[in-house]
Amino acid sequence: MIKLDKVSKKFGTGVFGLSDVSLVVDRGEFIFLVGPTGSGKTTILKLLIRDILPTEGSVVVSDFDVVNIKKNNLPILRKKIGVIFQDLKLLFDRTVLENVSLPLEVAGKKPEEAIKLVDDVLEQVGLLDHKDKFPVQLSGGELQRVAIARALILSPEIILADEPTGNLDNDTSWEIVNILTDINKKGTTIIMATHNEDVIKTLGKRVVHIEKGKIVKDEKGHSSFKASEGQVKKDSKKHKEEDKKEKDEVS
Amino acid sequence: MKSRKSAWKNIRRSPYQALAAILIMTLTFLAVSFFTFLLVGSSQIINYFESKPQVTAFFKNEAAQEDINTLENKLSDTGRVSAIKFVSKEDALKIYKEQNKNDPLLLELVTADVLPASFEISAVKIEDLAPISDTLKKSSIVSDVIYQKDVVSTLTAWTNAIRKIGIALIILLSFVSIFVMATIIGMKISQKKEDIEIMKLIGATSWYIRWPFIMEGVFYGTIGAVIGWTISTGTLLYATPFLESFLKGIPVLPVPYVNLLILLGLEIVLAVFLGIASSFVAVLRYLK
Repeated sequence: MIKLDKVSKKFGTGVFGLSDVSLVVDRGEFIFLVGPTGSGKTTILKLLIRDILPTEGSVVVSDFDVVNIKKNNLPILRKKIGVIFQDLKLLFDRTVLENVSLPLEVAGKKPEEAIKLVDDVLEQVGLLDHKDKFPVQLSGGELQRVAIARALILSPEIILADEPTGNLDNDTSWEIVNILTDINKKGTTIIMATHNEDVIKTLGKRVVHIEKGKIVKDEKGHSSFKASEGQVKKDSKKHKEEDKKEKDEVS
Repeated sequence: MKSRKSAWKNIRRSPYQALAAILIMTLTFLAVSFFTFLLVGSSQIINYFESKPQVTAFFKNEAAQEDINTLENKLSDTGRVSAIKFVSKEDALKIYKEQNKNDPLLLELVTADVLPASFEISAVKIEDLAPISDTLKKSSIVSDVIYQKDVVSTLTAWTNAIRKIGIALIILLSFVSIFVMATIIGMKISQKKEDIEIMKLIGATSWYIRWPFIMEGVFYGTIGAVIGWTISTGTLLYATPFLESFLKGIPVLPVPYVNLLILLGLEIVLAVFLGIASSFVAVLRYLK
């Protein structure tokens, strides 16, 4: 599914972003990339969508040789990968609906078809009521969910989430994580870069530790997550209700 | 459909840039239209002089019909003549009346007697004019010979000059408009750099990103062409009555509407080409 083989990335400044990294991720897996800022988590995600090229080594994603991929195939590869960028990369002059439907537009889907799909996805992330708002009108958690919705819309094989809970409070973080675990259950491979120890421990998925551009530890997931899953869901439901109450009070 | 929509959005959101692009295109197509009018008009005038009776020989009053017939035969035998038309004094009066029908004072003064009878002779080739005119001048019954060789050569010289200036100006303006439009579209690409990057990461093909910009170029070109054509055609139609009286008897005007529409069609084709060319310059320069 995803295979990095002895990948190194040396930046123009001479600094190694990654050195000799090998990593295999199977179809349907959920893995965490963990490490301090600047350790190379984002670099790995960028390599997978060929936003940057490795200096050495090979990268294979969904049977595509990412390094030597033909120009025409790059859009095909990128449509198979939904990315939740660290800086979200939303278009601020477009509404939620337009942002989320952008990948459909790019994929050449018909508008009628697109509207249905967008509604489904917005429902899934709980943003259906906000679809005509612009990004500036949304909270941090809502923006994050817009980014998730956009990453989901093409039903990609892989989702790369770069610190999707980075600057969110605990409750909102859990909502985001729950959405991702739901998607994962439907068979989508998920790679999530994060610092959130709480999430990592509770979910009990595979954790790849990176430090200074090297993989220092690769912990397989353990079974505790199933027990906690119910808890997570309940929590999230409770949070949603609280959220709603809070909003009602505000309005 | 989608690319047309985003192109339209790009245009609406930066009206001054759009205006600049459209104005430069309008200027280009004004020049294209005016020079086309001038060139087509002047070559029609040349054709007219080349095909009309080019030598006119006026007979003396005492010329006998017999002598005139002999002269006609003599001219026909040279093989240089394609047609000879005898214009009697009465015919001459008719022509005179027709030309001056709006001026009763001039009509009153003239009778058939005052006007000479004449031959209107068409030559096969323009080079035949000189020998024909020589033959006529030698004849004792001919009082005067007029031929338009000088008119034609002057006109030809003018037309050539107009053509050269026109083509040079149109090429220059085409380049100017390509570069101005490329700069404007380039600015727009730079403004949207982030959006473009996002779209690429989401899986947009290069063409998906390029199309709106190319459409935009085509839009500016087409609008400029239509405005340029409208102004120049309007001016031409407005000036037609004046020009018609100036070009008395030369059937250049009015220009048939079909021809004007053909010109519009050709200009739009050129506009689309210029639009695509300039967008391409911009896209290749700023979107790698």
